[in-house]
Amino acid sequence: MSSILEVRDIHTFIGQFHILEGVSVSVTTGGITVLLGRNGAGKTTTLRSIIGLTPPARGSIHFDGKPIQGRQSHNIAQLGIGYVPEHRAIFRSLSVRENLQLAERRSGDFARKADFIFDLFPDLKRLIELPGGNLSGGQQQMLAVARALVPENRLLLIDEPSEGLAPVIIEQLIAAIQRLSSQVSVLLVEQNFRVASKLAQSYVIIDEGHSVAAGAMADLVQDKALIQRYLGVA
Amino acid sequence: MAGRASLIAIALILAALFGVAFANSSSPGDFGITLLSGLFQGMLLFLVASGLSIVFGLMDVLNLAQGSYFMVGAYVAYDAQHAGGVIDLTSVLPDPNLRFIGAVLAAIAVGALLGYLLERGLLRPLYSRPIFQLVLTFGVSLVALELVKFIWTTTPYSWTELFGVRESFFELFGQRFSTYRLFVVGMGIALIVAIGLLLQRSRIGIIIRAGVEDREMVQALGINVRAVFTLVFTLGCAIAAFGGAVAAPFLGASTTLGNIFLLQAIAVVVLGGMGSYSGTAVGSVLVGLAIAVAQDTAIGTAFAALPSITPMLLLVLVLLVRPSGLFGKS
Ligand SMILES: Nc1ncnc2c1ncn2[C@@H]1O[C@H](COP(=O)(O)OP(=O)(O)O)[C@@H](O)[C@H]1O
Ligand SMILES: [Mg+2]
Repeated sequence: MSSILEVRDIHTFIGQFHILEGVSVSVTTGGITVLLGRNGAGKTTTLRSIIGLTPPARGSIHFDGKPIQGRQSHNIAQLGIGYVPEHRAIFRSLSVRENLQLAERRSGDFARKADFIFDLFPDLKRLIELPGGNLSGGQQQMLAVARALVPENRLLLIDEPSEGLAPVIIEQLIAAIQRLSSQVSVLLVEQNFRVASKLAQSYVIIDEGHSVAAGAMADLVQDKALIQRYLGVA
Repeated sequence: MAGRASLIAIALILAALFGVAFANSSSPGDFGITLLSGLFQGMLLFLVASGLSIVFGLMDVLNLAQGSYFMVGAYVAYDAQHAGGVIDLTSVLPDPNLRFIGAVLAAIAVGALLGYLLERGLLRPLYSRPIFQLVLTFGVSLVALELVKFIWTTTPYSWTELFGVRESFFELFGQRFSTYRLFVVGMGIALIVAIGLLLQRSRIGIIIRAGVEDREMVQALGINVRAVFTLVFTLGCAIAAFGGAVAAPFLGASTTLGNIFLLQAIAVVVLGGMGSYSGTAVGSVLVGLAIAVAQDTAIGTAFAALPSITPMLLLVLVLLVRPSGLFGKS
């Protein structure tokens, strides 16, 4: 199976802190890979390293077979990578429409994708003129995901989408991510193990800045010892 | 957006200013003169403060050289309008009205070029170091001042070239009003609206407003934020130079212009609420009017310094009621 993203042994510093000390991640084309690990393990930093916001000092990142490490964020994104950051980082003072328009890379992107996006997240359609800051947590998360769907992305990096959301909203998001994964590959960070195991076909576990285990999700679900050791959930 | 408290504060300030202006004036015409003078000064202030405010909101850079661009604009326009000097347009554009348009365009071009050079050459390597930027832009303002003294000497120039609009008057309530001032006020209002529309409606405006909230995320969406910084900074400097150029026929060109307008513009930006465009527009008008009323009040009294301390007095007053400024987020 070919992989759309190959992260090999990256090391990332924030200021003088050595945060990632050897992380490798592979994302299969057309699949969902989940990054697991405790709080502070380095999952967010891994996503930020891929998109170039905290560029790795060492190691390599290949997207679609081409090296991308060392490029500026906007150049990396333009290759077709969408980033959905943690804490629902939408633009609060911009309307829903402006949030979506901002994500266009070619004019008309939003118009082309509007039907697909509103089919996935019907709520956004009636909220279109409201400021992002007026949306509920779940609606903001949907907007953050929708924003990454406006341009022609081939890979989405999604950081803890279910964090702090009500179960019924989480179900909606799971369904949406499942549906969109037929069109794009996804690298997902998800603390909620039940959500992760429902969505992903493969996993990578990160612990204290190292990737320590990887494989098929179906195998991990069976491996209570591994789960207990790195995730502390049974 | 401004809450009710801010709107009340604005209304109170305006009422107080109009009250004092009215008490000072002997006739409606007199009152009108003060009003027009205030709006004129307010518009000049806006031309310096708008760049300061938008650049600060987007890039977290307080450009202490912003006043220098105003000063340089005044010198370039003066130089281009009058015979002799560095740029002599008298033979190319013998008509003084047309030459003034040429002079203003020259000032805008110089302001834009110098702004571009400052951003690309000096500021760009320092984006992660706010204090360094403050020191740097302050240093640039000192260098600009010395360069201006070197090119044009320290003697202030007063505008002597007479041209149509500058000299014409219109009459109202038996008073003569300067058409040129009205013209600048009209242009200032047009610019306030145009920049406002640009921010609200255009793609670049959406990028700027988004960048004020979260620059990293804008970049991660695939937008070259650095290029937007350069554009916004360059435009801000060009607008300040434009302000200096249109002010020159009234204020002339002198080495003190830069600091005077920088300080007043900082008062405007803080008073309006850091990073708020509407705040800057409203703040400019309020401070301009306050200065005009103070100038009127100070005539013939011992308080000759009143006009120059008025912006700071108004600022303190506003901050006591609204610590984050009129339109600032608390
Ligand atoms: N800006 C920063 N400065 C210093 N340390 C940071 C910064 N951001 C993250 N870290 C540290 O890096 C480690 C990994 O953080 P993060 O990638 O956010 O973890 P996760 O997403 O797995 O919870 C944590 O120990 C965190 O404290
Ligand atoms: Mg995280």
